[in-house]
Amino acid sequence: MRVNFTVNGRKQEADDVWEGESLLYVLRERMGLPGSKNACEQGECGSCTVRLDGVPVCSCLVAAGQVEGREVVTVEGLADFAKNRSCGGHEGGACGTSLQEAQGWSAKGTDSQTGEGGISPHATLAPIQQAFIDAGAVQCGFCTPGLLVASDELLERNPNPSDADIREALSGNLCRCTGYEKIMDAVRLAAARQSEPEGV
Amino acid sequence: MADTRTTGIPSKVTQGSQTKGGIGESTLRPDGILKVTGEFAYSSDMWHEDMLWGQILRSTVAHAEIVSIDTSEALATSGVYAVLTYEDLPTEVKNYGLEIQDTPVLAHGKVRHHGEPVALVAADHPETARRAAAKIKVEYKELPVITDEASATAPDAVLVHENRDDHHSGHVPHPNIVHRQPIIRGDVAKARERADVIVEGEYTFGMQDQAFLGPESGLAVPSEDGGVDLYVATQWLHSDLKQIAPVLGLPEDKVRMTLSGVGGAFGGREDLSMQIHACLLALRTGKPVKIVYNRFESFFGHVHRHPAKLYYEHGATKDGKLTHMKCKIVLDGGAYASASPAVVGNASSLSVGPYVIDDVDIEAIALYSNNPPCGAMRGFGAVQACFAYEAQMDKLADKLGMDRVEFRRLNAMEQGTIMPTGQPVDSPAPVAELLRRIKAMPLPPERQWESSEGADVRQLPGGLSNTTHGEGVVRGVGYAVGIKNVGFSEGFDDYSTAKVRMEVIAGEPVATVHTAMAEVGQGGVTVHAQIARTELGVHQVTIHPADTQVGSAGSTSASRQTYVTGGAVKNACELVREKVLEIGRRKMGTYHPAWATAELLLEGGKVVTDGGEVLADIVDVLEDEVVELEEEWRHRPTEAFDLTTGQGNGHVQYSFAAHRAVVEVDTELGLVKVIELACAQDVGKALNPLSVIGQIQGGTTQGLGVAVMEEIIVDPKTAKVRNPSFTDYLIPTILDTPTIPVDVLELADQHAPYGLRGIGEAPTLSSTPAVLAAIRNATGLELNKTPVRPEHLTGS
Amino acid sequence: MDFLRPASWEEALAAKAEHPTAVPIAGGTDVMVEINFDHRRPEYLLDLNRIGDLGEWEVGEKTVRLGASVPYTKIMEHLRGELPGLALASHTVASPQIRNRGGVGGNLGTASPAGDAHPALLSSGCEVEVESAARGVRMIPIDEFYLGVKRNALQADELIRAVHLPKADGPQQFSKVGTRNAMVIAVCAFGIALHPETRTVRTGIGSAAPTPVRAKEAEAFLAAALEEGGFWENGKIITPSVAKQFADLCSAACNPIDDVRGTASYRRHAVGIMARRTLGWAWESYRGQSARTEGVA
Repeated sequence: MRVNFTVNGRKQEADDVWEGESLLYVLRERMGLPGSKNACEQGECGSCTVRLDGVPVCSCLVAAGQVEGREVVTVEGLADFAKNRSCGGHEGGACGTSLQEAQGWSAKGTDSQTGEGGISPHATLAPIQQAFIDAGAVQCGFCTPGLLVASDELLERNPNPSDADIREALSGNLCRCTGYEKIMDAVRLAAARQSEPEGV
Repeated sequence: MADTRTTGIPSKVTQGSQTKGGIGESTLRPDGILKVTGEFAYSSDMWHEDMLWGQILRSTVAHAEIVSIDTSEALATSGVYAVLTYEDLPTEVKNYGLEIQDTPVLAHGKVRHHGEPVALVAADHPETARRAAAKIKVEYKELPVITDEASATAPDAVLVHENRDDHHSGHVPHPNIVHRQPIIRGDVAKARERADVIVEGEYTFGMQDQAFLGPESGLAVPSEDGGVDLYVATQWLHSDLKQIAPVLGLPEDKVRMTLSGVGGAFGGREDLSMQIHACLLALRTGKPVKIVYNRFESFFGHVHRHPAKLYYEHGATKDGKLTHMKCKIVLDGGAYASASPAVVGNASSLSVGPYVIDDVDIEAIALYSNNPPCGAMRGFGAVQACFAYEAQMDKLADKLGMDRVEFRRLNAMEQGTIMPTGQPVDSPAPVAELLRRIKAMPLPPERQWESSEGADVRQLPGGLSNTTHGEGVVRGVGYAVGIKNVGFSEGFDDYSTAKVRMEVIAGEPVATVHTAMAEVGQGGVTVHAQIARTELGVHQVTIHPADTQVGSAGSTSASRQTYVTGGAVKNACELVREKVLEIGRRKMGTYHPAWATAELLLEGGKVVTDGGEVLADIVDVLEDEVVELEEEWRHRPTEAFDLTTGQGNGHVQYSFAAHRAVVEVDTELGLVKVIELACAQDVGKALNPLSVIGQIQGGTTQGLGVAVMEEIIVDPKTAKVRNPSFTDYLIPTILDTPTIPVDVLELADQHAPYGLRGIGEAPTLSSTPAVLAAIRNATGLELNKTPVRPEHLTGS
Repeated sequence: MDFLRPASWEEALAAKAEHPTAVPIAGGTDVMVEINFDHRRPEYLLDLNRIGDLGEWEVGEKTVRLGASVPYTKIMEHLRGELPGLALASHTVASPQIRNRGGVGGNLGTASPAGDAHPALLSSGCEVEVESAARGVRMIPIDEFYLGVKRNALQADELIRAVHLPKADGPQQFSKVGTRNAMVIAVCAFGIALHPETRTVRTGIGSAAPTPVRAKEAEAFLAAALEEGGFWENGKIITPSVAKQFADLCSAACNPIDDVRGTASYRRHAVGIMARRTLGWAWESYRGQSARTEGVA
């Protein structure tokens, strides 16, 4: 079957989709977006978390045919998604404030030696992405995309979460490397940076 | 899309910074950006134009003769390109294995465990491949199953492997025993007479799964020269290569392996999984073949941690000095040997724990059985022993009426202690100090779950499931400490290789570090860049992708990579530095007398004297010249343990960690919430403190998991796995994991590069017994089995 | 496999009538696991995501009509007052991601004894609204819905449209035992609803029998004990012996098995503990409410 939907703001079409394929498979194998991860394919690990019409879901449990006409945001689109949000949800619209903000994050990234320009086409990262790097929340990184999507949505809903709130919101995302402490640090860091007055 | 993804993998990563970024700093991961943007290419992300999907048909029974295999219907399926069985293997080499080549690439005549690979399919879509595999008809004639020591060594026991001729077969008491290592030292019978108290115990350690999140996967691409390019997630490229090439009938240089992104390993990728299968299918079909296990298959696709039965006897005098120890450790290796011999070596040689006991009688064995094969997992062998000896220490202290921590400190080993193997401990062993530190840490406040709005169930046992609002909840505190060997022991030629290149690019000196070290998440790539900066005084370091175009780095296991490959990188950098200085002397030696006389260093892009005087810019020294060399590096050699006495200088280095667990137990429902799990560990030298803490917290959490929830359950009647899924094999969530304060001690080991100590495994050892001790403290129960299940606590 | 995408409820019923083997998929949290793990290869998948009203709810005077696909997250957020037991149960479902997709219709359709919603549904005394193209709407009382392990009262041509739950007239509680503090399948679960208007108590037990069950003897015993002691009026603390007897009868209502998640005897034991605790919490809440009411009067 054919499936049309929007991924990270772009219209996409997949052909010859087997009816039993999941959204995760279509993203990874048909759309060149392998950022969403295939760790369990049974909704137990959260590595494949994407936003489906804004709602975090396990993409492994969404049948491909169910996303017809809907909007999906994956980790690959998270930076743009966060940028658009910070300028009031104008999709694709320019927004001076958020651009400044984004550059602010980028500068912090350079400070913390996260790498050189040219490694990655991304001039900017979402605040939560930067915080994961800075806090040491990434080891093997396989759980990271799902955790980023879930954490970003948490901070969108609840800008100042308590530790218990963070744990509850991320309880559907397994990590085997870190023992979660650095992930807690990363979310706290992103929340703290988010609440800093602009320009600081 | 296709080409960039295959050829760009894994991308070269350049790390640079304004700061020095050398060792001892918490520099950030060079692969961090790729990992947070979703661009980092893991082995399951591989893609190639026209690629096929491989599928493995696995045995549905644990032990059976294969009467027949009929692949005709599968082969006739549209979209299927190949179906392979044992009969299709191209050479006489049909087995593989880390130490003993006893594992069939595809089952021949017999299957020995549930989930053993029987046939392979390649098709144009994973569903086509699955449907075709389901059409392969295999007729089994079931055999009785060997599932424990009694059934393995019974007089009429069926042999799991007939006609063994491996190098252990000569000294084992039964062909169903892979390896046996006794250690005898002193005179236990005599020492026993001095004991005022004797404590015995029988302990059971469950089968743990590594449960790395990135499933076994990879892509094999056939090449025009008849060889194959294999992109795969593994812990040791060269060990894989040695096992793969002979089965394919190819010289090693025609099997080009590149490490793709590894989604965690923890020992589970030390053995081969889909590597040979993907290559066989690719070579047969002439097309790229991708294989990705799903979680169900992953539980059958790699070895697990050996379950164990441990029998211990300890004695002590009334003033609290240990007199003797006797133990027998029975490890279940399952159907194939994998790392069983090394696990036996660790379990026996570390069975005493970090304590001084002069008189010991130790025996460790690993069984062949029809249970799932077991091998390497973080802390292998030492983890099981630590669970048992730490329970014994608590029992002894209680029987003597002594404080549990003080009793341990009184008997703690130190530098100079002679191990049961006769090997002196010749670097710091701050066991008593770690215990002191862990005990001195402030305890978390009581009843943190109470709030003005009532009980916060998220902070109580049972969590979101709303099982208690404080009813039945009792707090307990427990302590444990452990010892793990670092690196490969027992005479193994444990080396690593590093190729380091230095040149000027765009007016800046740049170092490139190329090793075959498998970055599995531990942060070796971060540390290599730090070492290069420290040794070569550059800002820019490029970490070359790991592949087999450079010499072996050994395995990313046994807490060894920072030590051994870190040592190799340091060594290669030092040699490159000498070459750079030679060039400098040649070109500029006449400009300044210090070129000839002083100790020279490379710092901040310049050649400086040890007094800090700048002699030249590296850029001006090198100009267009490129310095590159590849060197092997070894730690000091070890010896095999004597097969009857266990004596021998078998280990390179030891690693120590201690834990204090604070738990709250719902004693009526038997549910446990770990409130805090504090760790103190000696790391020798923290090359990257942020990564060190990350390793300690991660290892601690894996120990917590096996304490309260993790176990692969095998039906003792059928030897079939009952819970191969993340629904029923549970690992800790963020709500199960407590705060993990870490106290890092840095006492240099003068034998090791920078004084560092391998750190990855030690925290996995003591975490489990600390949690168990805390639960015992809360409940008063004996609890001799891990994981603790609710019914063990409620008695129902 | 065919993927059917009806745009309306009527189309969905027609599709189900034409293809009775079609497997409805809404949140996908059960069906997709079975497909991903090759446990099931339905001839047709019937996607219900396009039918808007399945994701909606209406709060009436006496009842809440809850669309079959209303995600658990919405129940937790919006219906805590009207359906406290179900809201508590919803909060224990798997993970936030799953709660964002899964709904009560899926639990009912799968009819696994481990479904988290069942104890709350049983204790509320709800009715399940099912419909077929041929015979129209049928209301199935929840007590008649579960027929066996993963078997329910649905006909092959019927689809679950909604659940009609009485609005809570008293405190409700839910508790579930798992061997992890989040994201866990029930080893066993227990729901209780106090119905002061009718002076009855209803219960629901999950994962401790081939189907979700009520502890009817326990309910009858407790109702009688409360009546006899004048507890509904005097709001006194329930005597420990009554609570214990209630808990014992709840344990006795179980018919559990040993499996990888737990033993039969543990399940019986844990259901008893949960029964006693949840009764205690619910009764405390009832006493608090009646005290406040008296204060106002």
